Amino acid sequence: MSDEQRKKEIDEVTGVETTGHEWDGLKELNNPAPRWWLWVFYICIIWSIGYWVVYPSWPTLSGNTAGRFGWSSAQKLKEEQAKIADRQKVYLDRFEKASFDEIMNDEELYAFAMAGGAAAFKDNCATCHGSGGSGAKGYPNLNDDDWLWGGSIEDIYQTIMYGIRSGHDEERVSAMPAFGKDELLTRDEIAAVTNYVMSLSGEAEDEAGLGQGRTIFQDNCASCHGENGQGGRDFGAPNLSDDIWLYGGDRETIYETVYNARAGVMPTWEARLDNNTIRQLAVYVHQLGGGEEETVNVEQQQPDAGTDGVDTNAEPVEQPVDAIPGAADVIDAVNDSIQETQE
Amino acid sequence: MGFIHKHEKLERNSVLLLICIILVVLVGGIVEIIPLFRKETVIEPVEGVRPYTPLELAGYNIYIREGCYVCHSQQIRYLRDEVTRYGHYSLAAESMYDHPFQWGSKRTGPDLARVGGKYSDAWHTAHMKHPQDVVPESIMPSYSFLAKNAAKVNDLDKHLKTLRLVGVPYTDEQVENAVNDAKVQAVGPDVADTDGLIERYGEKVNARDFDGNPNLVSEMDALIAYLQVLGTMVDFESAKDVEDGAQ
Ligand code: HEC
Ligand code: HEC
Ligand code: HEC
Repeated sequence: MSDEQRKKEIDEVTGVETTGHEWDGLKELNNPAPRWWLWVFYICIIWSIGYWVVYPSWPTLSGNTAGRFGWSSAQKLKEEQAKIADRQKVYLDRFEKASFDEIMNDEELYAFAMAGGAAAFKDNCATCHGSGGSGAKGYPNLNDDDWLWGGSIEDIYQTIMYGIRSGHDEERVSAMPAFGKDELLTRDEIAAVTNYVMSLSGEAEDEAGLGQGRTIFQDNCASCHGENGQGGRDFGAPNLSDDIWLYGGDRETIYETVYNARAGVMPTWEARLDNNTIRQLAVYVHQLGGGEEETVNVEQQQPDAGTDGVDTNAEPVEQPVDAIPGAADVIDAVNDSIQETQE
Repeated sequence: MGFIHKHEKLERNSVLLLICIILVVLVGGIVEIIPLFRKETVIEPVEGVRPYTPLELAGYNIYIREGCYVCHSQQIRYLRDEVTRYGHYSLAAESMYDHPFQWGSKRTGPDLARVGGKYSDAWHTAHMKHPQDVVPESIMPSYSFLAKNAAKVNDLDKHLKTLRLVGVPYTDEQVENAVNDAKVQAVGPDVADTDGLIERYGEKVNARDFDGNPNLVSEMDALIAYLQVLGTMVDFESAKDVEDGAQ
């Protein structure tokens, strides 16, 4: 049917021609698309041709057409990055060369480090350490002055750069033996030493076994945690005499810790973040709260820790070492782990 | 009126309409399909990208089954803020062995293209079991059942074979050892002999007990093995040369 043949029918109400289709008495008006709309449509088609010419578009046998001006998203990104680097250049040039001391004493550099550090912390660290660095079970609080591995900027820098048990060649590493799982101590002995550990922070309820617990502690634990449980940074061994706990200070959790051991992992950031960002982060974390002035001398903290291991440490032995079942094995295990640490 | 009314000819002649529809669809199809035959021209020749190990592949399958791609993308775009947050922009080569690719289209959660190595296994396990335990404000659902389900590893050789049909270069040896490789990777060198696995998939392959439960090769093991390898394969030093050469 052609236009001529079709009988034109005009709708009475609107005065518009109908298409002639009818459904249960309903008829379709034959309104054309608005002209302005059609023209926008045609202009878009013409515009797209310009687009093909200017930008990379059509696939070809060897790749794709490059576009008149050689635009590429990778190039654009590079330019954008260069722009930002240029804006930061005033600070970056100095920041890169400045020592941590200089940064801390220079208002501008310090502000630069804090701003960059705060942003990087949110993106990379907050998921484990909490948005304010306040930590969670197994993930240390970075706001306090209780440090596992050290709280000077240099220490923190090293921790962030290489990680803890991260698999990096320069990682911080140590391994607390799994005293229960590997049958180095019996369940009773673990219960006794758990009670003793609780007494260090004044939490023990049961005074009875403290002597035995103390002996077990001196023989098995003091080499890492220190004679008084004050912790040892050589091994990232937590202070057990305060009320700050990485995993928990209740009886059950401590028992579980000693039975299965723990080995918290902090990833290395060397490959993921550039050196400047890591330096910014070190300053930021240091300033969160408990940053220390200098690397604390580990010798002071940990009088006798070293390759010679447990024997020299276990000074107030009330019971000969070999009277405790499995003690010799523990000493071997501890010595091994210490040697591993120092290798 | 003439030009405007021409379409009536089409609308009133079904054969003509059919022919024109076919023509239009053909053009669209050709534009989309032809480049696929030449896709080697857009995949950057970078080093390091290998097919997934069987365990990682099992994890990849779980990733699809659970619809993680609904909330997560795996494609870092060429935007400064994305590159700053997630790392080097994604390369086509990095998803060339994904069938189907997991670029995704919506980010309810963060991009996962380079999540490998960003977190510890323990973190992933805790996070998958109950995300709010580690990220209190998270709206990600819990997937704790993955830790209890044994991963289906017995048919992995068939998965490898099937992928080989669509061009993933698995060797005969890799197919033959698939089931065993999956089990070995999920327990690590302390328990099993990983030499074969490493020989077949390279030095960098992660072999350990991912979910902290040595008694079960769980779906959690598989998923975390997959997450931990994401974005870690490419050697970006060599990628740099490719880019600079291209500019
Ligand atoms: C996968 C989770 C995770 C992420 C992400 C993470 N950390 Fe950690 N971090 C840990 C764990 C676990 C420890 C404690 C390790 C241990 O048990 O010795 C730790 C320890 C630390 C320490 C040492 C604390 C001390 O007391 O000595 C610092 C400093 C630190 N992290 C900073 C950071 C910074 C900065 C970032 C971001 C770039 C970050 N962490 C990202 C898990 C993480
Ligand atoms: C080889 C060194 C080493 C020895 C020996 C050792 N530990 Fe530990 N201990 C550590 C380290 C390192 C950690 C921290 C683990 C982590 O960060 O994941 C730790 C953590 C702990 C914790 C958890 C503290 C907290 O804040 O939650 C307790 C409790 C503990 N040890 C008790 C003991 C007891 C009791 C013994 C002896 C039976 C012992 N440790 C022997 C290295 C050691
Ligand atoms: C309803 C949407 C949703 C689904 C479905 C979902 N996620 Fe998430 N995911 C999120 C959100 C939101 C976050 C950010 C908060 C957090 O870390 O939990 C996230 C974070 C993550 C992260 C941490 C990323 C980073 O860099 O911090 C990983 C890994 C992850 N999800 C994996 C998965 C996997 C694997 C699945 C499928 C089993 C999955 N997600 C399913 C919403 C989702």
